[in-house]
Formats: sequence, C-alpha cells, structure tokens
Amino acid sequence: MSDNTAGSLRIGEVQSSYMAQARRRRLYSGIMLAIFVLLMVAGFQTAEDRNGGSFLGGIDNVFDYPAEVIAEAASKASELPGHLVHFFPALIETINIAAVSTLIGALGAILLSLLATRGMARYPRLIGVFRRVLDIMRAVPEIVIALVLIFILGGGPVPAMIAIAFHTVGALGKLFSEVNENADLKPLDGLASVGANWSQRMILGVVPQVAPNWLSYALLRFEINIRASAILGFVGAGGLGHELKVSIQWGQGKYDEAAAMFILLFLTIVFFDQLSSYARDKLVHGSNAGSH
Amino acid sequence: MLRIENLTKRFGENTAVDAANLKVDRPMMIGIIGRSGAGKSTLLRMLNRLTDVTEGKVWYGDLDVTALRGGDKRRWQSDCAMIFQQFNLVPRLDVVSNVLHGTLNARSTFATMFNLFPAADIYKAIEILDRLGIAEHAPKRAEALSGGQQQRVAIARALMQDPKIILADEPIASLDPMNAQIVMQALRRIHEEDGRTVIANLHTLDTARRYCDRVIGMRAGRIVFDGTADQLTTAMAREIYGADAQFSEKATSTEIGTLDRPTTQPITA
Repeated sequence: MSDNTAGSLRIGEVQSSYMAQARRRRLYSGIMLAIFVLLMVAGFQTAEDRNGGSFLGGIDNVFDYPAEVIAEAASKASELPGHLVHFFPALIETINIAAVSTLIGALGAILLSLLATRGMARYPRLIGVFRRVLDIMRAVPEIVIALVLIFILGGGPVPAMIAIAFHTVGALGKLFSEVNENADLKPLDGLASVGANWSQRMILGVVPQVAPNWLSYALLRFEINIRASAILGFVGAGGLGHELKVSIQWGQGKYDEAAAMFILLFLTIVFFDQLSSYARDKLVHGSNAGSH
Repeated sequence: MLRIENLTKRFGENTAVDAANLKVDRPMMIGIIGRSGAGKSTLLRMLNRLTDVTEGKVWYGDLDVTALRGGDKRRWQSDCAMIFQQFNLVPRLDVVSNVLHGTLNARSTFATMFNLFPAADIYKAIEILDRLGIAEHAPKRAEALSGGQQQRVAIARALMQDPKIILADEPIASLDPMNAQIVMQALRRIHEEDGRTVIANLHTLDTARRYCDRVIGMRAGRIVFDGTADQLTTAMAREIYGADAQFSEKATSTEIGTLDRPTTQPITA
C-alpha cells in the first residue's frame, strides 16, 4: 500500500475538509428544500386567489360528472356492446391518423436528431439551427396547426395527420437526439477509418445502438398521438373525437356512448402498451431467446 | 462456519452450478479457479443471494442463508460483502459516499435521500480509505479514479460493511499487473489482519497459488478440485482448464516476472 504519498498528507486534514464539504452540501439541500416548500405554499395561495370558485370548496364536486357518466352508462349497460361495435370504425380512423403521423414524424425526427447531435452531425455548425427547428416544431400545439389546416384544406383526417406529424417531429427529435448523445462514438471512428460516408456511418454505427430506445420512445409517442388524434376530432378532424364531442355534452343523455368510447380508448392504449413492450423485448434481446 | 450443500443453479436448460459442496470451518483465503463460464460467478452470486438458488442449501453457522427473504436477506447481504470485476461503484458520486454505501442496510430511505450519514461513519470511511492508501482521493468522483483505485474504493465499501465474509468476483481481471498485485495484497492483508474469510474468483492459477490458502477448481459447473495450492498439480490444472499438454501455467499468468520470457513463441495465424 505504498504506491502514493498518503503518508505525507495527514488523514485528519482529509477528514475535516470532507466533513466541511458534507456540511456545506447539507446546508444547500436544506435551503433548496425550504425554497421548494415555500414556493409550493405561496403558489397554491396565488392560484387559489385567482380561482373563480374555491379549490377546497369545490373539491367535493370533482367526482359529480364522472359519477353521472358512470351511473347513466350503467343504467344502459345492455346497449354497451352495440355501441362498442358501432364506434369501432371511428376508432380505426383515429388509430390510422395516429399511426401514419407517428411514422412520418419519427422518420423526420430521426433525420433531424442525427443532424442536431454533437459528434454525429453532418454539418456541426448548423447543430444550433436544427435544434431551434425542433424547438419550433415542438412549441406549436398540434391543435393550432390542425385548426389552421382545417380552415385551408377543409375538415377530415389529412389536416389532423399533418398537424400531429409536425408536432411529433419536434417532440421525438429532441428525445432521439438525447438517446444519440448516449451512444458510443467509437464505432463511428471505426467506420470513418474505412472510408464510409455520413449516412453509412449513421446507419451502421448509430442506428443499431439506439434503435431499441428510439422504438420505445416512438411507441410511447404513438400512444400519445392516439389521444391527440381523438382530441383533434373535436375541431373537425373526424374519427372518434368527433363522435365523442357529440355525446359528451351535458344533458344529451348519451353518456353511455361516451363511456363506450372511453372503454375503446383505454383498451387501445393497453393493447399498444403490451405490443410495444413485446416488440422492444424482441429488439433488445434478439429473436433467439435461447442465447441467454 | 460456511457450509454449501448440493448447491445447484440452472438457467433454463443450462446448469451453471451443478451440486456444489463446500465446507469452510475457519477463516481462510479461498481462490476459485476455472475457465470463463465454469460457474464461478454464479456460485459467488448465490452465496450473496444476488442470484436465487435452484436447489441446495447454504448454511452460515445455524443460519439457512438460502431461506432468507426480504429484510433478513438484505441483512445477510450486508454481512457478506461482494467485490465485482467492474467495481460496480456509483460513478457520479464521490469516493467517500461510495464507501458509505456499505452502511446502507442500517440507514433509512429518508436519511439516504438527504445524504445524512453520521459523522462517525464518515470518519471511519476515510480511515478505511487511508488503510488502502487512497485517502487523498476522498472528495473526488469515483469515475475520476483509475481502475486499481476504483477497485480499492470497492474494497473499502466492503470493509465498511464490517462483513463476516468477503466475496470477490474476478477482482483483478480488469486491472493491469501492478494494480492487480496491489488489490490482491489488500485482500490478503484484510484476511490476515481482520481474520475475515475471503473467497475470490480468479482466472489465473499463479494468483491463486500466491495468495490463497485453499484453491477450488471448477469445471462446467462442478467442483473438480479442492485442496491447498501445493496439491494442485499441472495435470490437475489442465483438467480444470480443459487444456491439452501444450498448456503451461505461465501462459495464464498476469505477473510481471513471467512476462520477461527469454524465448517468444511464434504466432501461427
């Protein structure tokens, strides 16, 4: 144990300086905690003051609406299977919008994320530009783009698809580029050393490393997009959202239909969640399960 | 003290450890040798309960280690320290914090979240680091240290547990010969000075011969040799490693001395 100069440095000094450092760190985390609690309390009071009603006064009414929906749906439970069949085509349209826009969005996100990642970018000087492009695409809410496009192109699934794909490029591009940053750059050096061009280096050096994570983010985005595409139905993009808008309004007596659509949406999300974990498992561990 | 009876681990159709029997009746330093995939790591991981056993028992005195669950299992793990080939430290935390992790079994989640380790433990951690010759690195991040230094931090974490047994899974396989020697000497010294049992997986024969009181040879999941280093003949070593007559002990050596061979063998590609 004599490969260094520990003897010259007295252990007491190390101990006291580390203790001082530890105390300082504890003080900082104590202050941070106090600020956090203070902000939460103050923020709650500000929000409560600006509230039209009262948070604590209204909190016991929160469950009135869901209770009414469930009560009405339960009283017409026998009609539920019929509703499920009736709305299934609308669900398919909603899922189709989500699937196409996720696919197009993911392809755009792959390209932009590679261009926006340090160490991989084709044009390193333009990294900032591509990052801002992703920021802009992410910042514009899809419902705004959909409203504008519906105004120009008329109602239907195409404006919704473009709107969701646009937003997806921004959202996935950022996540993909963070995945890319964690990729090992050594294979890229190896490929560059044999004279491979940029796209070859990306396809062979980056994609195999990051594909499982890309896939799981893309599938999560697909779930989000199913919901987004249902919501865009509210503004005239068709699919399940349009039907939901009609039946969810107060006093129509159609809560049984609304309940049927919520069940359909829930089952869809569960289905794709299971599918995505299965697909991801296959991709990460390979198809030959016996190898490990 | 430590008794292993018919310990077996199967992964699907593969049997990693096949009915291993072992008895340790006094503190000693044990080296387990064998090829990669012989079941050495699985055996150690079962002793620590990182891996569940398929069949068989591990006894420590009257304690049935294989039957422990939940908090009892974690208490056993804190009594049975483990050192890994790749050190398995938390790279972004400082060295002292990593050593203090040895006391986690006695700490609550709340105290851990706010990093509230008692001052006495912090002093003790730095004393252990000093004993291993790396006290001056105490405030650095673990990832900033060299491999040999990181392995000594891992040993310090193990010592902080004040364990009854120290298991070392290929502790020197990722280190250069110089650092390997320092780490092996540290383990030997812990055994001699503290009287703790040390069980180390080693894949080189000469390390086992040099540092261990007792050598256990494993091949394809079975214990095929159990005895002192002197009893280990070249024929037995060939049997353990499944090698033919060309095998010589020096070929597996990581010692500096054996690298100065007068003649070099031509490489046939």
